[in-house]
This record gives sequence, C-alpha cells and structure tokens, in this order.
Amino acid sequence: MEIDDSIRSVLAEFAKLAVDVSTLSDDDDIFDAGMTSHASVNVVLGLEEAFDIEFPQRMLRRSTFESVSAIRGAVMELVGSPAP
Amino acid sequence: MASGPEVAAELARKAQRIGVEVAGPAADDVDRLARFPSEAVDALRAEGFMDALVPTELGGKGASVDAVAGAVSALGRHCASTAMIYAMHLMQLACLVRHGRSAAHRDYLHELSAGQLLLASATTEIGVGGDIRTSLCAVERSDGHFRLEKQAPVISYGEQADAVLVTARRNPDSAPNDQVLVLCRREDLKLEPVSGWDTLGFRGTCSLGFRLTAEGEESAVLDDPFAQISSRTMLPISHVLWSSVWLGIAAAAIEKAGRFVRGEARKQPGTAPPSALRLAELMLEHQQLKDLVAAGVREYEARYDNPEALMAMNFAVRMNSLKVSASRLVVDIVTGALTICGMAGYRHDSPLSLGRLLRDAHGAALMVNNDRILANNAQMLLVPWDDV
Repeated sequence: MEIDDSIRSVLAEFAKLAVDVSTLSDDDDIFDAGMTSHASVNVVLGLEEAFDIEFPQRMLRRSTFESVSAIRGAVMELVGSPAP
Repeated sequence: MASGPEVAAELARKAQRIGVEVAGPAADDVDRLARFPSEAVDALRAEGFMDALVPTELGGKGASVDAVAGAVSALGRHCASTAMIYAMHLMQLACLVRHGRSAAHRDYLHELSAGQLLLASATTEIGVGGDIRTSLCAVERSDGHFRLEKQAPVISYGEQADAVLVTARRNPDSAPNDQVLVLCRREDLKLEPVSGWDTLGFRGTCSLGFRLTAEGEESAVLDDPFAQISSRTMLPISHVLWSSVWLGIAAAAIEKAGRFVRGEARKQPGTAPPSALRLAELMLEHQQLKDLVAAGVREYEARYDNPEALMAMNFAVRMNSLKVSASRLVVDIVTGALTICGMAGYRHDSPLSLGRLLRDAHGAALMVNNDRILANNAQMLLVPWDDV
C-alpha cells in the first residue's frame, strides 16, 4: 500500500528507532520502539512534507503518531482535504 | 495513620527544625570543605524523611509531591546542598515507587523505609555529551544475574548513598536510546573515583566522577523502559524539586535583605530607607518564583496518575520552562539582595553574607544546562501540540 510505504519511509528517516522499521507491525507502539519526543516532531514535519498536509492541532497528540495504523488513519483523514 | 495534610504539615515542621538546628549551622563548614552534610542527612533519616514518597502500604509516609517540595524548600533556606541531596534522593525514590513494580523492588522499598536508605543516581555518562536519554554502557545478563560498567562523570554523594539508580542500554545489542534503569545496591557496587568536586556552589553534594561496576540479581532492572520513566516521572519531578531548592535559596536571600532594610529603618523610624523600595521591588520577583513553583507542583500533581497527560508535549514544555524560569529568577533575586545589603552582603564575615547563596544560585542554570533544555523546547514547539 502506497501510503504505508511513505509512512514507513518517513519513520525510517526521522523516527530514529532502536529497531528496523520493517520489523514494526502496523499496531506496534512506535514510542516503545525508541522514538523520542524530539524525533516525533521530525516525524510530524516529515509526514506533512511527504503528504503535503498540515496536521490540525487537535491531531497533534502522541496517540496520533504512536503506530503505523494510527498515522495512516490521520493521514487518510487529511489527504485531499484542505489545510485548516 | 496520619492523613495527607497532616503528613505535609509534619514534614514542613520537621524540615524547618532540621534546617534551623542542624543543616543551617553546618552549612558554611559543608561549603568551605566541600564535604557531605552528614549531620543534616542523619537528621533527615532520624526523622523518617527518606521514605516520604513511599506509599503507606509499602511502609512509607505516602506524602504528596506538594509536601516534599515544601520540605525541600524549607531545607534550601538553610543549606542548599542538603536540600539538593534530599531532592535528588526523592527523584530516584519517585522513579522506584512508580516504575519498580516487581516483587524485588517492592521488597526494597520496605527495606528503604525501615532502614531510611539514601538513593543516588548515575544517569549521565562520559561520551554522550550530557544527554541522559542516551547510554553507551549496557546491562549484561546471564543465569539470573546482571553486570554493568559505566563511566559516570558525576554521581552526587555516590560514596555516601546506599544504592545508585543507573541507566544503561537494555542489553549489549540495544540501540543507545533503548535504556533501562537498574537499582544497584551498595553491596553490589564498586565505585572508583575518577574526578573530584571542587566547584563554585552546591559543594556539599560531593558529585564526584566514578568508574562504576555493578553485579547483582537480574531482578534489579526496572520493568518500565527508561524512556517512560524519564518522561512520566524523572523529568517532571526533577524540575519541580530543583525549583523548590532554588525557592529556598531565594527565600534565604530575601530574608537577609529584609534584615538589612529593617536595620536601616530602625535608624530613622518614620522614614522608609531607600533600600525599602528595592526590597519591595525584589519581592515582585520572589512572588513570581513562589507562584511559578506552586503552579508547577499543582500541574504535576493534577497529572500524577495519568500517563497520557504526563507524556504530553505541552506538559514537558511547561516543566522545562519552569526549570529555566526558576533558575533565572533565583540568580536575579540573590543578586538583588546583594544590591540591597551592599558590603554587608559582599563580605564573607558578615551575618548578611550572600556569597554562598550567590554561588549556589548560579548552579541552577548549569545543572542540566538551560541551553539544552531550551533546545528541547525549541524542537517540541516546532508544531503546535494539542493539550492533554
């Protein structure tokens, strides 16, 4: 799935995980896998750039970025919709 | 069984007494010799301070963060090193209480309460540039035992502590940020000093550098990853309690400035001396600091049992801001007090001497450098995080 590939490539570039991104399942906790607060900001910015979106403040919570499936849900909600 | 407010009142009263009768009278000697304030720490032990944050069901006092923050400030008025040592003990204790859920750690908390044991920490490491969320050393495990070796640039009161909580990589294959916290008891520890502690301030904390080796039961490793321990507990409680120490330093400086102004006023009752205006001005900053610390304590307590709220970015930003603001205010306040007291504050041999307070106050911005903390905030604030 194209969205997932892009999400995983952003994670590979910015999340600085203790493990290889390909070993993460869709529902594994990315923070538990070693993403720090510091790195998560870069992931947010990387996702915004990759998908040409802007996360609204209500989505800017840890829970939005805690797993590949959570990120996919947020990205799908925003792709194609105008930035708030 | 005493209830919450009673525990807080009792801690405040006892901290005040220990400050006035034990820590204060020894403070100059502790400072001059850069020696451990053993009489003050013994007094804290004798009054049962070491288990303040341990829940009553585990044999402790079950005190609130607010209560211990008050005790730390009260001690800080008399000896900042004593207050800092007690604050650092409490930070480690909070990590153990909230994240050491195994039977071995519960048993240790009983032991700590019964024996009034003192905890220290080894979170920084030579070679990681001061970043406590990175470790080079690793826990090696075999047959239910662990072993680790760490080059620690500072372990405050390492030689006096009954146990040291040490960060390390989970195992030799783990990434630098995949860390655990290990409870290393005195009998499991070897500490070889590699550097001394001859500093401007906080001289009584005896924060020497050590080569640390520890071997013991594998159950000494805390279950929660250090990433969680750090954001949920260690970081917020450190900032709240450090700020409480500085509040105590500020209060001591204000008290000296007040005595000076009153002395001036006595010379001509009916006419407020010029320094009275300066004191009134200084009280603005003192009030800011008091309110800042009180608000920080309140916010931390409101989130204390809510992991999601504790891990919220905005909360981390605010706790960081508390630390930076408080560390600046304490220097401003002590410096303002020095301006008021003049030569009486500048002299070492005067009852209004502000030398030790000024030197201690300057440590606030450096112990975890404000630039590092502001850089963390700068990164987190790149996007507008929602509040939890």
